[in-house]
Amino acid sequence: MQAGPENIAPSPEPTPSSESTTPSPLVTALQHEHPEWMADVINAFGETTIVVPREHIADVCSFFKTLPDARFDFLADICGADRGPEEEPRFEVNYHLFSTTKYHRIRLKVLLNEDDVHVPSVTGVWRTANWHERETFDMFGVIFDGHPDLRRILLPDDWQGHALRKDFPLRGYEPYSLK
Amino acid sequence: MSSATIPPQFEIVDRPLDTQMTISMGPQHPSTHGVLRLELVLDGEMVVKTTPDIGYLHTGMEKLFEYKKYQQGIVITDRMDYLNPLGNNLAYVMAAEKLLGLEIPERAQTIRVLMCELQRIASHLVWLGTHALDIGAMTVFFYCFREREKILNLIEAASGGRLTPSYFRIGGLMMDLPAGFENRCKQFLNDFPPAVEEFHKLLTGNKIFQRRTQGIGRISAEDAIDWGLSGPCLRGSGVNLDIRRANPYSSYEQYDFEVPTEPDGDVWARYMVRMREMKESHKISAQALSRLKPGPVKADAPKVVLPDREAMKSHMDALIHHFLIVAEGFDVPAGEVYFPIEASKGELGVYMKSDGGSKPSRVHFRGPSFVNLSVLPVMAEGEMVADIVAIIGSLDIVLGEIDR
Repeated sequence: MQAGPENIAPSPEPTPSSESTTPSPLVTALQHEHPEWMADVINAFGETTIVVPREHIADVCSFFKTLPDARFDFLADICGADRGPEEEPRFEVNYHLFSTTKYHRIRLKVLLNEDDVHVPSVTGVWRTANWHERETFDMFGVIFDGHPDLRRILLPDDWQGHALRKDFPLRGYEPYSLK
Repeated sequence: MSSATIPPQFEIVDRPLDTQMTISMGPQHPSTHGVLRLELVLDGEMVVKTTPDIGYLHTGMEKLFEYKKYQQGIVITDRMDYLNPLGNNLAYVMAAEKLLGLEIPERAQTIRVLMCELQRIASHLVWLGTHALDIGAMTVFFYCFREREKILNLIEAASGGRLTPSYFRIGGLMMDLPAGFENRCKQFLNDFPPAVEEFHKLLTGNKIFQRRTQGIGRISAEDAIDWGLSGPCLRGSGVNLDIRRANPYSSYEQYDFEVPTEPDGDVWARYMVRMREMKESHKISAQALSRLKPGPVKADAPKVVLPDREAMKSHMDALIHHFLIVAEGFDVPAGEVYFPIEASKGELGVYMKSDGGSKPSRVHFRGPSFVNLSVLPVMAEGEMVADIVAIIGSLDIVLGEIDR
C-alpha cells in the first residue's frame, strides 16, 4: 500500500511547504517598503520571527494580509509571554500568521515594557483576534487599544492579578470565592 | 412550513415581538457539551445575540506547564481535549522535539500516525453520537459508543490508558506495540466500514435530521477564514485546507488520502465532512498498519529518552541516564517554536518557549475548539433557539480544551 507520489496531491494546489521553508522574501519586501516597521528579524528552528515596534503592529499585519506574495489571511494564534519581572522589556505578544493559499507561516513579535503594556488591537485585520486578545489581556494584563470588548475571558471578572505572569504564585494569593 | 389545519377564527401573527428577553443557557445544559454558558438575547424564539461565557473548567494548565519538566507536561496535555488526547500528546512532544532537533525513527512515526488516526475516528464518533443525541436521534449514540469502545480498547492495549494514554514521549513512544496488536487493529479496521454505513442508514437519509441541519448556521468561506475556523468546520465551508497536507508532520506526506470538503457551510456540510473524514482516517490507518516494519521506537538520544529496562540492568551509563532524566530532567536549547498539527477538531498549535532549562518558560495551546466557539455568535444570529443546539454540536467543541 505504499502511496505513490502521483496519487497524493491534487494538481491545482500549491506544493506543501514544510516548516523549514523560511519566507525570507517577505522580510525583504517589508524591509524595502517600510524599514521602520521592522526592529529585528530572528531565524531559528526553521521559523522566521519579525520583531515589530508596537505602534506599527496593526499596519504590519494588514500589510502582510494584503501583500500578494504573503497572503497571510489566517491568524492562527496570539499568545503572550512573560520574560520575568526583572527583564526589560518584560512582556512579549506573539502573532502566528498562516496563509490558507500559500501554506507558509510567520511570527510577529511585539515587546512591551512593564509600565506601559498597551498594544494596538488587530481585530480590525482579522476578527478572530478578538478572543485571543481577550485571553492575553486576562492572563498577562496586556491592554489592546481599540479592542471592541476587552473583558476577562477565562477567569472571573473580579479576579485579582494576571495569572500567567511570572510573579503570580502558582496557587494564587488567596482562595478564590465568588463575591 | 405551511399548515392547512389552522381554524379560520385564529389570526396568524407573523411579526417579531416588541420585547426582547435575555436567558442563560447552561452551564449545566446537557447540549452544551460540558460547562459552556450562553447568554442569549431572544426575540420570541429567534436569537438576536449570543454571548458565550467560558472559563468554568479553567484549571490553569498553561501555568502548570511552567512548573513541570518537559516530560511531565505530556500528562497535562491528555486532559485538555479529552476526546483526542493522542493528538494533544503529539503536538506537545513534536514541539519539544523541534526545539531539541530530534530525529524520530520511522516505526515510531508510523505508530504515531496509526494511533492518531484511530483517535480521530474515536473523537468523531463521540461527536456523531452526541450531535445526533442533541437533535433527538438517540439510537445513533449507542452504535457510536460501541465502535468507540473498540478503539479505546486498542489504545488501552498499547498505552495502558483509555482516556489518558500519554503514549507519545519526547523522542518516540512510551513502548512498542504489544504482541497481537496488529491483528486486533486489522479486525477493527475490517469491521469499521460497515459500521459507517450503519450510521449513514440511521441518520443521513433521515428527513427530520436533514431539516434540522440543512441551511442552519451558515458561514461563508471568507468569514470562516477571517474568524480563524479550522478543521472540519473550515472544510465544511468549502476551503480545502488540512495541516496534514499544508505543513506535513510525522511523514503524513507519504500517505494517500483525500481532504473532504463541502461547499454549503451549514451544519449539514460539517456533518458530511466529518462522516467522510472517518473513512479517510480509516484509509490512513490501514496504510500505516501495512507500513509497520520492525525497528526502534525511540530516538537515539540517551540524554533525553529513557533507556530500556533491560539495558539498565546491564549497563552503568543507562542507569545513570535514567536517574538523571527522572531526577533532573533534560535541558532544552533556548528558543521558541510554534508547532501546528491537524487535530480532530482543527489546527492544534503548540507555542513552546525555552530558556534553556529543564522546564519550559511558556507553553501555549492554540485549541481549535477555543477559536471555533468564538464563531458561534456569528452562526447563531437569526436562528431559532433549538438550532443553537445543532450548531454547537456541529462545531464539535470540548470545554477542557477551551478553558484549559
